[in-house]
Amino acid sequence: MRHGVARFVTGFLALPVALYLFYVVWPFVQAAGYSLTDWGGYSDSQHFVGLDNYVRLLSDELIRKAFWHNVFFLVTVPLFTIALALFLAFLLNVGGREDRAGIRGVFGSALYKVIFFFPQVLSLVVIAVMWQQIYRTDSQGLINGLLIKIGLVDAENPLAFTADPEPFLGVPAVLWWLLLIAVWSGAGFYMVLFSAAMQSIPKDIYEAAILDGASRFHTFFRVTLPLLRDTISVAWVYLGFIALDMYALVFVMTPSQGGPNHASEIFASVIQFNAFQKGQFGYACAIAVALAIFTILLAALQLRITRRDRIEF
Amino acid sequence: MSTVTHTSGQRRPDAVPPAGPATGRRAGAAAYSIGGRIFNGFSHLFLAVWAVMVVYPLFWVVMSALKTDSEVIREPLSLIPESLQWDNFARAWTAGIDSFFLNTLLVLVFSVTLTMLLGSMAAYALARYEFRGNRLIYWMFLSGLTLPVYLAAVPLFKGVYNMNVVFPLLGPNKHATLILVYVAWSLSFTVFFMHSFFRTLPHSIAEAAMVDGASHTRSFFSVMLPMAKPGLISIGIFNVLGQWNQWYLPTLLMQSVSGEPKHQVIAQGLIELSVNQGYKSDWSGLFAGVTMAMLPVLIVYIVFQRQVQSGLTAGVGK
Repeated sequence: MRHGVARFVTGFLALPVALYLFYVVWPFVQAAGYSLTDWGGYSDSQHFVGLDNYVRLLSDELIRKAFWHNVFFLVTVPLFTIALALFLAFLLNVGGREDRAGIRGVFGSALYKVIFFFPQVLSLVVIAVMWQQIYRTDSQGLINGLLIKIGLVDAENPLAFTADPEPFLGVPAVLWWLLLIAVWSGAGFYMVLFSAAMQSIPKDIYEAAILDGASRFHTFFRVTLPLLRDTISVAWVYLGFIALDMYALVFVMTPSQGGPNHASEIFASVIQFNAFQKGQFGYACAIAVALAIFTILLAALQLRITRRDRIEF
Repeated sequence: MSTVTHTSGQRRPDAVPPAGPATGRRAGAAAYSIGGRIFNGFSHLFLAVWAVMVVYPLFWVVMSALKTDSEVIREPLSLIPESLQWDNFARAWTAGIDSFFLNTLLVLVFSVTLTMLLGSMAAYALARYEFRGNRLIYWMFLSGLTLPVYLAAVPLFKGVYNMNVVFPLLGPNKHATLILVYVAWSLSFTVFFMHSFFRTLPHSIAEAAMVDGASHTRSFFSVMLPMAKPGLISIGIFNVLGQWNQWYLPTLLMQSVSGEPKHQVIAQGLIELSVNQGYKSDWSGLFAGVTMAMLPVLIVYIVFQRQVQSGLTAGVGK
């Protein structure tokens, strides 16, 4: 049986590993190397500068901005998406009428699930270009147009959306408008995910709760939510990655890809700005390495916080 | 599945399990509580509002794609065009959508097939054979899940440009380059997913096949791969959507070097289209472009919605 195992394993792994090394691992390793140089990217001149780039990074005003914007998305995207998705899943699964067969899911819940999932299959770029039109700053935009029509917004002074650097609750308004798109596009998927998890919870648990006289809402907060813990923490991790990767929205929707006046810079846009507009590849790589370390630390932290005894059912 | 044995008198009217369409039978449940009805009404209202918020913008885009330009400006909010302007689609089609589609399909057919093939081969070897370096390779694949693509962007860009000198077929703006890059970047999740899948398949069947004289390779292709079909469907959907939606890698790598036309994929081209049509004030053409990028995926999704939903939630949930 052992005959030919080595040859077989080598044959099966050679191509995938080679591709992965060449197009994923090697660039990562190189990036770490370049981050220690002053390479501009377009010339051949590069000098080893040690940790200079990293020192510079610590006092870079733009990076500090980008960092806090990343943190903002990291907190708000999962928070709002999960809260809304849980609420929708809750309504979908217990909002139905009571009748002879007990409580039902809302009438038409299958249809709702299909519709809410729509944004998930659309590419983020399609969504972004579409929202560009929704967010237009004249009466042609969907939101401004509606608001002007019903008289809530003055036609001379429409909402500026992603061109609005004015702070709202301490954060530039443009970030809130981007957040809205992220939540809009993510809520449906996580609702379907939570809905599936809710339905896999055995009915006896609820029956026990009901016998003890728990209400619909009590049951949700005391029984359903704790049992969904695993699913929610997985969702949190995934949304965390999505939050770090809001670049598509920033790229398409904001003036000069991070504007106005750097009000919507995030790590990715700062990397892009330094590498391809300012021609500082070495420095851009240092930012990227910092982002990677930040990501890995977060992932590790996340795993530590959410690790807990699994509830088996 | 269990049956409810208590009587209606024992439970409060609003005490009901928050889970799926309940299958438990209840004895004489005459309780149509007021609170329940109000809650039911509220549920419907809220769900309907969210459904409108999802569908309305999509519908608005499709309808605007059928208006004339002057109508888009005059009546931006109306959902019913005065007359249907199908030539908007023709204009957007020739403005680039045709080649975006062609490039995307060409790349996707090869990249998804190759991702699935190479991904399952690597996952199978790693999941079912003990050899030195097994864990190392597995963790190497896994590490790609946490590292941001932007970190690799600069060297990847440079590497592909250098490749152009020795082997132009794998240089920038080449379909083959994008295919291989997609495959490499999709391997992490594919290997991760298929690894756990192959672990769950029984060993006895592969062994039986090998007793019958099948080689390792043959027992993989004719026995194990067909058994892994549910997993393959899940990860297949995941990869199709993921690669269809790629825009950063193509934007980075599909840039024209020597004046030849850019081979743009749909997401990448759409951004450019949005800028160009904006300059020309060809809003109806832009809406038509977005519609064409959006409708095929939505239609495929609606047809296969069960598989897509369960496939994607299985890929993320477990």
